[in-house]
Amino acid sequence: MASGIRDKVAIIGMGCSHFGERWDCGAEDLMLESFTEALSDAGIGIEDIGMAWLSTALDEQHVGKSAVPIATALRLPYIPATRVENYCASGTESFRGAVYAVAAGACDIALALGVEKLKDTGYGGLPQRTRGTVNDLFWPNVSAPGSFAQLASAYESKHGIDRELLKRAMAHVSVKSHDNGAINPKAHLRRKIDIDKAINAPYIAEPLGLFDCCGVSDGSACAIVATPEVARSLGKRDLITVKALQLSVSNGGELQYNDWDGSYFHTTRVAARRAYEEAEITRPRDQIGLIEVHDCFSVTELVTMEDLFISEEGHAADDILNGFYDADGAIPCQIDGGLKCFGHPIGATGLRMLYEMYLQLSERAGERQRSQDPVFGLTHNLGGFPSQNVSSVTIVGREGA
Amino acid sequence: MATGILAAGIYLPQRRLQRVEIARAHGWFDSSLRGLGSGERCIAAWDEDSITLAVEAARNALLGFDRDSIDALYMGSTSYPFLDRQSTAVVAEALNLAATTRTMDIAGSQRAGTSALLAALRGARLGEMGLVLASEQRRTKAASRAEMMYGDGSAAVLVGDGEVVAELVDAYSETVDFVDHYRTADSEFDYDWEERWVREEGLLKIVPPVVANALSSAGVKADEITHLCCGIGTNSELHGLAGRMGISPDNVMDNLHDRCGRTGAAHPLLLLVAALEKAKPEDLILLVGFGQGCDVLLFRATHRVNSMNREGGVAANLARGAADRNYSRYLTINHLISMEHGIRAELDKNTGLSTAYRNRELTSGLIGGRCTVCGTLQIPATNVCVQPDCGAIGSQVAHPFADVPAELKSYTGDNLTYTIDPPAYYGMVQFRGGGRIMADFADVLPDLGLSVGMPMRMVFRVKDYDHKRGFRRYFWKAAPAYADAGG
Repeated sequence: MASGIRDKVAIIGMGCSHFGERWDCGAEDLMLESFTEALSDAGIGIEDIGMAWLSTALDEQHVGKSAVPIATALRLPYIPATRVENYCASGTESFRGAVYAVAAGACDIALALGVEKLKDTGYGGLPQRTRGTVNDLFWPNVSAPGSFAQLASAYESKHGIDRELLKRAMAHVSVKSHDNGAINPKAHLRRKIDIDKAINAPYIAEPLGLFDCCGVSDGSACAIVATPEVARSLGKRDLITVKALQLSVSNGGELQYNDWDGSYFHTTRVAARRAYEEAEITRPRDQIGLIEVHDCFSVTELVTMEDLFISEEGHAADDILNGFYDADGAIPCQIDGGLKCFGHPIGATGLRMLYEMYLQLSERAGERQRSQDPVFGLTHNLGGFPSQNVSSVTIVGREGA
Repeated sequence: MATGILAAGIYLPQRRLQRVEIARAHGWFDSSLRGLGSGERCIAAWDEDSITLAVEAARNALLGFDRDSIDALYMGSTSYPFLDRQSTAVVAEALNLAATTRTMDIAGSQRAGTSALLAALRGARLGEMGLVLASEQRRTKAASRAEMMYGDGSAAVLVGDGEVVAELVDAYSETVDFVDHYRTADSEFDYDWEERWVREEGLLKIVPPVVANALSSAGVKADEITHLCCGIGTNSELHGLAGRMGISPDNVMDNLHDRCGRTGAAHPLLLLVAALEKAKPEDLILLVGFGQGCDVLLFRATHRVNSMNREGGVAANLARGAADRNYSRYLTINHLISMEHGIRAELDKNTGLSTAYRNRELTSGLIGGRCTVCGTLQIPATNVCVQPDCGAIGSQVAHPFADVPAELKSYTGDNLTYTIDPPAYYGMVQFRGGGRIMADFADVLPDLGLSVGMPMRMVFRVKDYDHKRGFRRYFWKAAPAYADAGG
């Protein structure tokens, strides 16, 4: 009988590169930047790493296929290494691989590293690319903002919320993330904006304006994990352990069956329920101290507050506008700036979220350190489109909590 | 039982370019364009071509008709997108006609439409039911007279032996290699000779004797003709022609120049449908196709003409037009101006022909699946039923969605993704009775917009152009079912 991952694996070191337009760096430079930080944080040598996972989504834009790029960039000593891809949730997938390997006893110490070098396309936004030879025959001509923008139309219709109020709540999401990003030295976007600027920006995809969309960035993040016993043998104390690692993948039901209304993420609800159960959390709104969600677009963050069962369905806008998710609110969301401002190098994003949780729980988050002990931190890493996606919910926290 | 027309319909693209905008842009260059700068012409959307226009006309003509009884499909056009790939084969699959349907593309002349109709009527005499399509989307040079005069559109006429709305009285043809204009395999645009010569030596000399022959063979006097439908010529030229033939100018069908422009090989058939909408029982309709000679067809309306379905007719199509003053968009979507399309436009749109062939029921016919175990409808059809409590394997049978009314669930107007006609509208539509699809949208009018819950209908369009290889692929899109768009 499966007993879940709770407290079976500890994070012993993490690293994260500067995110942004890293014109002078290739993927191999970014990988090394996050890795050297994590290795030194863990206090181990490269020879101590037993297995490695590399996450990157748009490999055609930079490293190409396979795990050879990470093995070569870091000169891993001929250990098992695997490249994983699961849309924009790829980062959490490499973490899952490493954590499960350690939990299974396959190795003592494992590495999960994500990287994306997106700024070599010659234009802004995510790369325009084929969806596969069959999908290209009938999928609409979607962009990421256009896919997620549809959440707004369906949400307004379902909850009878007017466009102006929704735009204001979405703008608050972005203003808050800019405030947070401004004091994060590794963040891509570090300028504050005001609510009118966000609301009045031109549409990228109706009703999402420029400031409703996250940054497209170069960057890398990584985690080194071990069992609590191995961690303690390395002299680690006050361990930060994995409490839950859940993933839900659309099976075509939202896109093809008749009951999904387009206003929420079915997968996130499934993954969140399972994660709370795995972590033995019964009252998320009271027990979770900090969240990092997949705010690729402001409206995604808004509906995710409901899908994680923190805001009541149809009322996320109220919580957002009341400051519940601000850095000084009850449950800060994107205290590091999020995808919106820290940036979104796809394969690294899930690990970047965990990096912030790790820093906050270790009280090493500098100017943005939360004064209350978060105890439990939740990350939500999503990939795909509202109508078909992969959604992961990870909970980390103090050992034994 | 009589041989003749069982049903008819036309299709005019939604946007109507205001000619004054062309005159405004180019009047400095050619002041004669100012004199032509009135009225409006139909312009195909960026994703419409003579094939998709023909499909819509066919759907309009076939409202309420059983498509399985169609034996043959004919099409006349001078603007086929492919030189070697049959357009009627594409249309037949889009219409889900039986695979046994005989298909034929007729090309090369402005009388391709009337010649297709003649061929189908000959088949009807042998007991065949034939669907005749005539469709044009002709490219014209900027600041040309053709740009002013032409229009994009299509007509469809179902002919057979049965309960006809108009019976064929007689038909007569004559072939003369009179070249008033031409377009070669290597040229993009028409090359025209002086219009005065075309009128004096062509229209007025070639048509009257053929008409006289047709009338005398039918035993009909010219002054008995109630509706003269002629695809070329200005209204005043047509009045002159009618006068020379002894037909009252009052009985000349307006050439619709002011409303849609001349739709080439489709135009005689389009005017025929207009005449049927106007005709009273026993009216005589004379149809003239002109181009390298002349086709003349004489029809007599029956009592059924009063109850002919007009939903997809000329008046209905004229009413759904939306005035378009954006001449720059017209130039852009027709590649008549070198625009900066950006790097996003460089995405390779290559089509695997084997992939497309394997999936053609979905892409051509918009065929999904119905689960024979639980009855759930879905598109695309899949091996495993989508219904969560069913999950039956291999249980689906083909289920067509093209004519199922749909409702808008979610939408956006996307300014980021590349399209030649931004924004790219798309979203999810739900079919009545079950099934849904995330689809590109067509013919969204920004002034009328989109809203969750509004009715949508599926339309057959060009999905992608592969400019590198000259190929294009087709798929279905959802269009808002605006109640009489008005323009």
